[in-house]
Amino acid sequence: MEGVPMKIMNMVNAVNNALDIKLAEDPDIVVYGEDVGVEGGVFRVTEGLQLKYGADRVFDSPLAESAIVGTAIGMAAAGLRPVVEMQFCGFVYPAFNQIISHLARMRNRSRGRISMPVVVRIPYGGGINALEHHSESMEALYAQIPGIKVVIPSTPADAKGLLISAIESDDPILFMEPKRIYRAIKQEVSEEKFSIPIGKAKIITPGTDVTVVAYGAMVREVQKALPKLKEAGISVELIDLRTIYPMDKETLAQSIRKTGRIVFVAEEPTSFGVGAEIIAVANEEAFLYLQAPPKRVSGFDTIVPLPKGEHHYIISPEKIFYEIQKTVKF
Amino acid sequence: MFKEFEATKKKVFRILDDNGGVISNKHMPVIEDQQLIDAYHNMVFARTADHMTVSYQRQGRIFTYPPNYGQEAIHGATASVMRPNDWLVPAFREMGAWLAKGASLKDIFLYFMGYEVGNTWPAANHFLPISVPIASQLPHAAGIGYAIKYKKLDEVVFAFVGDGGTSEGDFHEALNFAAVWKVPVIFIVQNNQFAISVPFRMQTASDGIAIKSVAYGMPGIQVDGNDFFAMLKTLQEASAYCREGKGPVLIEAITYRKGAHTTSDDPTKYRTKEEEESWEKKDPLRRLKNYLVSKGLLEETEDRRLEEQYRQEIDRIFTEAENQPASSLEDVFKYMYADMPDDLRKQQVEHENFLQWKESL
Ligand SMILES: Cc1ncc(C[n+]2csc(CCOP(=O)(O)OP(=O)(O)O)c2C)c(N)n1
Ligand SMILES: [Mg+2]
Repeated sequence: MEGVPMKIMNMVNAVNNALDIKLAEDPDIVVYGEDVGVEGGVFRVTEGLQLKYGADRVFDSPLAESAIVGTAIGMAAAGLRPVVEMQFCGFVYPAFNQIISHLARMRNRSRGRISMPVVVRIPYGGGINALEHHSESMEALYAQIPGIKVVIPSTPADAKGLLISAIESDDPILFMEPKRIYRAIKQEVSEEKFSIPIGKAKIITPGTDVTVVAYGAMVREVQKALPKLKEAGISVELIDLRTIYPMDKETLAQSIRKTGRIVFVAEEPTSFGVGAEIIAVANEEAFLYLQAPPKRVSGFDTIVPLPKGEHHYIISPEKIFYEIQKTVKF
Repeated sequence: MFKEFEATKKKVFRILDDNGGVISNKHMPVIEDQQLIDAYHNMVFARTADHMTVSYQRQGRIFTYPPNYGQEAIHGATASVMRPNDWLVPAFREMGAWLAKGASLKDIFLYFMGYEVGNTWPAANHFLPISVPIASQLPHAAGIGYAIKYKKLDEVVFAFVGDGGTSEGDFHEALNFAAVWKVPVIFIVQNNQFAISVPFRMQTASDGIAIKSVAYGMPGIQVDGNDFFAMLKTLQEASAYCREGKGPVLIEAITYRKGAHTTSDDPTKYRTKEEEESWEKKDPLRRLKNYLVSKGLLEETEDRRLEEQYRQEIDRIFTEAENQPASSLEDVFKYMYADMPDDLRKQQVEHENFLQWKESL
């Protein structure tokens, strides 16, 4: 993009930048959560924003996730557009009641009179050598809640564009940030405002032999496996889902009809997950095109192990390669 | 005593002054000299282990760890009052109490090195695992209290939470249940002034935590948590109160987190040197040491000798923990269910097939 100011950003910078742009533009936006204000968040995602926008717009809340989401619901009903942070994926559950009982239902309950322009940011996922409850990927739990949208970026630029769309949306959005790649990927991102549509997947590499669907930190893991797959003569169409719900079934179906094979890669526990939904799409929309059984390369149905056992759970590029070539050879 | 220091009176219970001098003997707890010396030794041990763990973390030999520095008197006093059959329901910042309950230091190291087995405390009786989701352990304490009452046992629950944790619904629900059921639970709030970066004044608009006990219908008391004797006396009284079947007690132990929140945190971002220095004067170990020295129960340099001795012992235990092999694949699956679903077993087998393929490359 000629003339557009670009800057090297990691995902932390990009999310911060999106919040910065929206805070500057829209006085109804408030940003809060545990350690979000003075400290700028435990991952430094909101760093500098309180200084810039004041403590009535960017602030620390008491330690209570249920009330963080519950108050955001009240604020939204009264015309604000809150963006709140859950400190880690494992600490959303006290807020689950507010999410499922009110955030997801308020619009329908009020027959469209009260919409819920609320974004709940959730750093999630494994691979960071963390204590218990800091590594899980329970996006399917949220995606199944009628009334909620679930968005997961895989790059800094996507994080920025998707978050801007999320903040501008009148629907409640759980914005899950793959913290393993918070700082691992750096890329040039436009400093200007731009948005990426929610509900649209992205074809990262076109291919003909197999459709591989991933999101969040797993996109990069699949990319790591690509050179070896190419060497093995396998042409992969890699799709970054970007939004879990609403799922871009059209893009998925088209790709599966073309390749005839589908491999899903994710950190989530396998059973009853996003992968099951994707296989349902393959069956419902591309059944007669399938040349191999759909495959899920995803987490065990276990608790994510602590660091000294986490390597067993983490989806490695080797495992991705192994399963993809098995599917192609089927 | 709970009447005298009734929470609405806003009196902080204190026996030792900042220099370890006795303010008043009126409530001086009864404790044998040897027991007192042992308690001091254990606190020095815990502090030494705590400091060393922080430096092991800096050397990259252990993962995230929440330091206990400055809060040792609370744990030391708990250790002195807790009986073998009493229950300990921990949060994650009360190492001295864990050790007293029978957790080995090696287990603690293993846990923070990233081994589940380190959170199982095989040698400990009536001790729940460390609970990371803030305040979520407190309803368990009330439930244990119910079981104790139901079975007519002579046991008490010591349940820990931080000042930040008192904002969670679970804190309030647990206190309410325990009080309605009149069960023997001592809720110990370690008010160390911070929840990560968030100062206590932003956590609640009420004047402290103890006062919340009034609304729940149980005694509550604000204690100088850096005063070993005040903590000891309060816990003795609370434990007696519980054993008499009168119901739960809320203790707000006022202290200061002298270290970082965890080894990933940098407190210079949100608090001042002056504030840290003002609390330095109230250090719990120095106060107890001064008292012991003044009573002729301790040599002036004894703490340094002890520290030296403990350092070697702790380092030996740490090295032993470092030799622990990585957790096995089986470890990931084995404890999930009493009756393991076939599908789960199959997931393990499939992963083993992958590993075999990988080996064969
Ligand atoms: C439910 C939940 N929310 C957030 C966190 C992340 N977190 C870990 S410790 C902490 C602060 C706890 O403060 P406090 O209760 O005062 O205990 P302290 O750390 O001071 O001992 C937070 C927010 C968590 N562990 N659990
Ligand atoms: Mg605290």
